[in-house]
Amino acid sequence: MVKLRELASTIRSKNAGVDHLTFDVIFRDPSAFARVRDSGALAPERICALYRIPRERLTHHCVFEPAQAIKFTIRRLVPSGSPGETDVFGAQQYAPLFEVEVP
Amino acid sequence: MKPFTIACPTGHLAFTPLEKASFLEGCRLRPDAIVADAGSCDIGPRPLGADRHVSLEAHQRHDLEIMLLEARRLGVPMIVGSASDTGTDRGVDQFVRLVREIAAEHRLAPFELAAIYSEQKVEDLLGRLARGARITGLDGRPDADAATLRRTDRVVAVMNAEPIRRALREGAQVVIAGRASDCALFAAPLLEAGFSPAIAYYTGKLMECASFACEPFMGKETILGTVEGESVVVRAMHPEQRCTPASLASHAMYERTDPFREYVAGGWIDMSGCRYEQVDAKATRASGAVFHATPRLSVKLEGAGRVGERRLAIVGVRDPQTIARIDQAIAWARGKVAERFGPEGRGWRLFYHLYGRNAVMRELDPDPPSAPHELGVVVEAVHEDGRIAEEIAALAARNLFYARLSGTKGTAGAAALMSDEILVGEPGYEWTLNHVIEVEDIMELVRIRHLVVDGRGGEGR
Repeated sequence: MVKLRELASTIRSKNAGVDHLTFDVIFRDPSAFARVRDSGALAPERICALYRIPRERLTHHCVFEPAQAIKFTIRRLVPSGSPGETDVFGAQQYAPLFEVEVP
Repeated sequence: MKPFTIACPTGHLAFTPLEKASFLEGCRLRPDAIVADAGSCDIGPRPLGADRHVSLEAHQRHDLEIMLLEARRLGVPMIVGSASDTGTDRGVDQFVRLVREIAAEHRLAPFELAAIYSEQKVEDLLGRLARGARITGLDGRPDADAATLRRTDRVVAVMNAEPIRRALREGAQVVIAGRASDCALFAAPLLEAGFSPAIAYYTGKLMECASFACEPFMGKETILGTVEGESVVVRAMHPEQRCTPASLASHAMYERTDPFREYVAGGWIDMSGCRYEQVDAKATRASGAVFHATPRLSVKLEGAGRVGERRLAIVGVRDPQTIARIDQAIAWARGKVAERFGPEGRGWRLFYHLYGRNAVMRELDPDPPSAPHELGVVVEAVHEDGRIAEEIAALAARNLFYARLSGTKGTAGAAALMSDEILVGEPGYEWTLNHVIEVEDIMELVRIRHLVVDGRGGEGR
């Protein structure tokens, strides 16, 4: 097992419009990309378990080959920037991905 | 068809100032147009709702001046969209004023300017709704009804390339546009030059954030995009930056739910077959986008409405017993607020941001620590009336100090007040509209005003 942060070159989150948070995990090394992609470590059900969200809040999930990336999107409970907001740009929601174990 | 080159110096004009050196370097290569976007929803709903800019006017003037002087020197169009962060009429008028002032200061020869407005009146939308129009929710939102519109203070329609094309055709050398799809700003001159919608909009998508499409990570540096046939070559202008297939492709998926699709009014770009290849050390060629026109013209509406006044207080906790039972302490404090103002939700809202536990991620945090060394608590209270919001914040913060926790040893106060102040926040706003409306012609929602800017004191039109 190895941590995702050892394999990915970019792990980031950001608003996608006002109602979604989107996450990009990008790999420089093709073999690291293939390893994570094929391991299922970032499969939809694993992401839902990590972030403890119901499946319907994970609105998009895909492998984006041109960028050697795995990308997924979570629907916000309230639109960005409403009172009570914790992260207006959605830029700090990726930290738990660092510790994901990849077989 | 001749190749067409666009220079883009910044992904959000004036949010911080653009870097002049790489822009001038790009302009030495004689681009055919200079394009930048100046707005974003990322900054939250308050700038739109309150109709205020977040970029500083000094920085707006800085960026517009550098771009305008080069555009006029080269005699090429300059296109700026989503003026002054929000793309409201106020933003367009502010940028037009700045362009006039800069032209006068530099005694620029007369040029044609088009101001394109896309702000919508809430009453007009209520009228359309009453006549049977549907305002369709995006991203899982329900359709907007009259109540949604009445909660909305300000609305902008997001234009595609068509109004900008029209302004260019009518002779504009400088275009200041209201809210626009970022990619439309780039697509407009390309479509006018005869390129296909696929490569025109795709080029815009790749270039809209300037040097973010290159590596290593740098903001506010210029990139050039040269379109030839159905492909575009994107080139980094900063000496230390490169545009690579990896950097360009990873930018294509930035800030979006679906990396394969980009929607604009009237169609969408399919990027699932796109290819990226390195051209030389600093440039990458992209191709393979397909444009699908939609039979109906759906124009996106963005709207924001005021929720109430906000007051804030800051409290720290160091006692490990209080930290372990912070939820209990908060429940006590909330109870004291409810005793005076009734149940939460009836006119008031209260948020405890627990820095040190899960203030950043709240319910998404998989593993908040149960025993942090310290907790920083930011109390955020919302009410229509600022005086009541102040009272709620005071009760909510000070009752952490007085929290009744059984067996507590620190009987002189269960929390540390950083000060006894209640801080006055900006009013709270929310995104009320993230919707589309169908129209026959985008010009139903957009107005173009042409004027001549004469920096040498001639009469403006």
